[in-house]
Parts: sequence; structure tokens; C-alpha cells
Amino acid sequence: MKDAMISVKDRKLALTNIGVAYAAFLIGTLCGLLQVFIRNDALTLPGWLDYYQVLTAHGLLLAIVFTTFFIFAFFHSGISRTLGDFSPKVRGWNWAGFWVTLIGTMLVVVMIVAGQASVLYTFYAPLQAHGLFYVGLALFVIGTWIQGFALIAHYLKWKKQHKGELSPLFAFMTIATIILWVIACLGVVATVLFQFIPWAFGWTNGINVELSRSLFWYFGHPLVYFWLLPAYMAWYVVVPKIIGGRVFSDSLARLSFVLFILFSIPVGFHHQLTEPGIASFWKFLQTVLTFMVIIPSLMTAFSMFATFEMRGRELGGRGLFGWVSKLPWKDVRFTSIFIAMLFFIPGGAGGIINASFQMNEVIHNTLWVVGHFHITVGTPVAMTFFGLTFWLVPYLSGRRFTKSLQRMAFLQIATWSVGMLLMSTAQHLLGLLGAPRRTAYTGYQHDSALAWFDGVLSNHVTMAVGGSILFLSAILLIYIVVQLWWLAPKSDENSYVTFPIATSDTSATPAFLENWKLWIGIAIVLIAVAYTIPLSDMIQHAPPGSGRFQTW
Amino acid sequence: MHLHKYEKIWLGFGVFALIVFLSVVGVSAFHQGHTPSGGHMTIDPENVRGTAPFDEPGVHQREDGSYEVVIIAKAFGYEPSEIQVPVGEEVTFTVTSEDVVHSFSIVETNVNMMVVPGQVNHKTHTFSEEGSYLIVCNEYCGSGHHFMSTEIEVIGQ
Repeated sequence: MKDAMISVKDRKLALTNIGVAYAAFLIGTLCGLLQVFIRNDALTLPGWLDYYQVLTAHGLLLAIVFTTFFIFAFFHSGISRTLGDFSPKVRGWNWAGFWVTLIGTMLVVVMIVAGQASVLYTFYAPLQAHGLFYVGLALFVIGTWIQGFALIAHYLKWKKQHKGELSPLFAFMTIATIILWVIACLGVVATVLFQFIPWAFGWTNGINVELSRSLFWYFGHPLVYFWLLPAYMAWYVVVPKIIGGRVFSDSLARLSFVLFILFSIPVGFHHQLTEPGIASFWKFLQTVLTFMVIIPSLMTAFSMFATFEMRGRELGGRGLFGWVSKLPWKDVRFTSIFIAMLFFIPGGAGGIINASFQMNEVIHNTLWVVGHFHITVGTPVAMTFFGLTFWLVPYLSGRRFTKSLQRMAFLQIATWSVGMLLMSTAQHLLGLLGAPRRTAYTGYQHDSALAWFDGVLSNHVTMAVGGSILFLSAILLIYIVVQLWWLAPKSDENSYVTFPIATSDTSATPAFLENWKLWIGIAIVLIAVAYTIPLSDMIQHAPPGSGRFQTW
Repeated sequence: MHLHKYEKIWLGFGVFALIVFLSVVGVSAFHQGHTPSGGHMTIDPENVRGTAPFDEPGVHQREDGSYEVVIIAKAFGYEPSEIQVPVGEEVTFTVTSEDVVHSFSIVETNVNMMVVPGQVNHKTHTFSEEGSYLIVCNEYCGSGHHFMSTEIEVIGQ
């Protein structure tokens, strides 16, 4: 058991990242609770705080800060576990990256609290936040790059020492995710450095709004895969071990990650289907490319259920579905992630609807979209991270996940599921009826708008009840994290919490799957095909730039 | 690379479904003309009212008998504030913004347009029922975003 433990210094690095993640989680979910009450006129904020400040904080703290810090904690511990302890140099760069990311986060948060950045997490120009908000965003990205490249350096050193060997699946997937992240961030870095910062500080006068939106969404869509791929890593590598099985197919797992690198980036226009400045042809082309990610998603679904069924049958399950009851449902590390997967079925189907070109008009910027990302990043990703937290924190802190904490964890995932089911169903239905997203208030005086709230589930109460249950669930989770980190009994030789890594048979895996140059090259070609002409059109036929507006 | 037989069937089914979906979307888009709103005209966002057709916001009948509704979106409302169009006629909405990004979205229809400063967006729609339709801004545009709405009257001929 002991030899699977990573060094104390690497554990401290990962734990610190988790600490920041859950601090952001606590504040972010509190913001969410405030929102559901403000929208129903059940709560009035004090004069110094505004709904859109709260909404900006909710989006950034949960979708960006919580996810990113947690993901790096998972990477640090998993890479150290599978490729060996970090050298002082690699660890030092990871700490440097952590601090830069954290300073960027703090700068962004200070600007939001000061009322200088109520621009929401999409920060669409020509809404102009304080220049330091954009500096904070840039630092955040640079910090993650430093950590990403430090992990790549560690990986390359391992490759050098293991010539001709395929890397462990966990490491392969980490590197794929970092490659995706670095390529994706180029868009947001370009718009923040060359458009927003000079404009916000007054060095330039106008901003090309459509270009900035397109560069944002070049980043914005792969961003969701940056959240999703670490969850997939848990599904592919961790879950099979927890249930006592093995990876269904090593080569298919690697292939699916490669396909995500290729098809998650040249697709940003499907967030811009209803806007001018992009020809229908390019919107349609990117719609087609968007649909390609369905293939690795179906591969993942197949692998998961194949693993479950094979294991269930090993344990004596018979008949068509007898294996289901043999799975370890009493293990919250498994059940949490299984529920997360179930949520992704409607989540993924909703995503196909959203990206379906003209069908997008029915739901674009309605509450449907809000419902959609709460059952994608908000549950499949977030609840997978909860499922990881239950063993990762005690693994790193050297404590025990006691029986009573396990019961509490079950209560936590149950409340999260129920709360999210209520809230997101209400949001989906309201969106279909036409209710807009991102509004502080829902009282449009019109018969159509009044009818929105007459439904069994689409009424004022459902969303608020769902939101309240979710917040209680969040508090429970924070309590569990605090216990696992500082208060639970220390583990001993017999009760060591392990980092589950399933065996993956690489004997049939072709080596070209780890030929990064090849995949990065193809990704760049696809990006060039999808973006070169429409982006150069936007630059060549640019209207006079837009000025600076602070409308909040 | 080894593929399990069931996996081949599953992926084959998936890819087939994908091709069907995309064909439906593509035929609907390019054969039947159901494309989302869009436009290629740019405009000086600081001189919207000095640029045709936004120098005369409102409802105009074109020579071919169809209608064009020219709208300026601004924080936090639309100009003109009163719009009346006939039922059963083709109506093209032409919109731009004087300030930040907004939307022009008519509830209970598929008119759901992003309004981007510097760009002109178009969408053609035929109302099949008379009545008052709610128009909302569904893109965050500032502290009054949730007050940004208006109505369109669709009247009998």
C-alpha cells in the first residue's frame, strides 16, 4: 500500500489547490443561492451589491476557479502517482504557476467586488470592465500554462527514461487535456492581450466586437472540454479500479482523447449561430465539426458500460441486467460518479440540440442554456469531482473516510442530484417557453411571460427550492472536506486510502496514438480550415471600433 | 487497434445517426432556407442614426409588398417603441446596436437575433397569428437588462 503514496511535498501542492477550489466553491454556490431568491423578489440586495455582480462571481468562481484548481490538484497527485514524485524544479514551477493563477483570481475577484467588472464570465465587449480585471484573466491563464508546462516537462523526463514505452493512461490523458487547454487559450489570450487590455486602459479607442466574440468562443467551447476531460479521466481510469474491474480498451480510451483534441476547438461558432458577421457556410461547417465529438462521447459511454457489465458478470450477475445489482452501490466513490454519468445523458443530448444550427434559435440565450450547463458542468463534471474528493482529500491528508462521513457523502450527492434535477428541469422548461437567461427579475408584464410560471415544474418555486437544496448540499460537502482534511481520524497501515488507478492493457495499443506532433498538427489544420477565412473577413471588413461602455 | 463487435455496431449506429441528423439540418438550412439570423453589412456604431436604413427606424413596406422593420437596440430599450405588422406577410427585421451587445428575441417565435454593435443582423419571419408578442433582450447588457423589453402588434388585414 505504502509504495503507492506520493511524496509529502507533492501532496501539499495538490491539497493547496483543492483548498482554493473549495473556497471558490463555497462563495460561488452562495452566490447561486442569492440569485434564485433575488429573481423571485424574495430578497433585496443591499445597495453596495448588485445582482449582476453576484452573477459574475457565481459564473467565474464555479465554472472557472473551482474547476481549474480542482483539475490541477487531480493532475498533480495523479501524475506524481503514475510517473513518480516531482523533482524540486518541476514542483517549484508548479508552485509558481499556482501563485500566478491565484493572484490572477484575486485580481478578478477584487474587481468584481469593487463593482468594476459586472461583465459576467463571458465579458463581451464593448462592456468595459476595469483594465485590471483583464490583467487578472491573463495572469490566470498564464499561471495555468506554467503548471501545464511543468507537468509536460515531468512527462517528457519520464518518456526519456522509458524509451519506446507508452505512458500510463492517466499521464497520457493529462497531457492530452493540457494540450487542448493550451491551444484553446490562444484565442482568449489573443483577445485579452491585443484587444481588451489596450482598449480598457485607453491606449486604443475602438474594439472590434465581433472579432473579440469569435476569439472568446474559440476558447469558450474547448473550455468545456477542459472541464469534461478530467471527469472522463476519472471515468476511464479511476472508476474501473473502484469497482474492481479494468480499463475496457486502452487504445479506445486514448483514441477518444485524441478525437477530443481534434474536434473540440474548431467549433466555437456554434455559440454564435444567431449573430451577424459570420457567413452561414462557416456556421454550418463548424456545426458539422461540433457533431464529430459525438463519436468519442459514444465511445466513452460504451467503454463505461462495458466495464460495468463485465465486472457485474464477474461478480455473478446473470441475465440481461442481473449484473447491475452486483455493482458496488454502497461505495459512494462509485455511486456519485455513476449518477454524474447518468446526468450527462440528457446533458449531452441537450448539447446536440443547442448546436443544431437553426434549432439553436429556439433556445439561444434562454434559461434552457442555463439548465443545460447545470446538467453538464454543474453535475456530470462537478459531481465526478465530488466523487474524487471523497478519496483524494484523505489520500493527501493521510486521514480516513469514516463510515459516518460516507453516510454524509451519500446525503450530499443525493441532495445535489435532487436539487439539480428540480432546478435544471425548471430552467429547461422555462427556456423552451422563451424566458431569457441572465436576468435579475422575471416580471415581464405580458401574458406570455406571466404564463411561464403556471406550470407544475416551471413555476417560481421549483427553481428556488432546487437552488436551496443545492446550497445545503454544498455546505455539507464543505463540511466533509474539512473533516477529511483536518479532523477525521488518521489512517494507519490497515486503513490507508489509496489512489485508484485501474490496470490498462497497452499490448494492443498502437504507438502512433502517442505521437503528439501528429495530433497537434491535425488540430492546427482543422482550426485553420474552420477559422482562417471567417476571421480574416472580420478583420478586413471591420466596422469602426466600439467605444467603452459601463452600463451597470 | 482492436474493436469489439458490439462496439462496432454501436459506433456504426452512432455515425449513421450523425449523418442523418446533419443531413436533416443541412437540407433544412440550404434547400429550405431555414438559416439562423445573420448579416454581412457593417456599420459605424457611433453613427447609427446617420446611416441608412437606421436613419428611419420603423416599419417600411418594400416594393415587392413585403415588410422591413428597422430597429435600433440600445441600453435598455428598442427604437421604435411601437411596432405594428400585418399577419401573414413576410417581415424582415433589420437590427443593430448603438452601444453594447443586446438581443432582439420575439417570444413564441423563432426570431432570436443577437444584436452586435458594428454589425447589422437580419431575420425574416411570417406571423401566422394575430396578437401582441413579447420582445425581450436575452443577452446581458447592464443593470437594466431585465427591463429591456417591448411588444409587437400583429394585426389582421
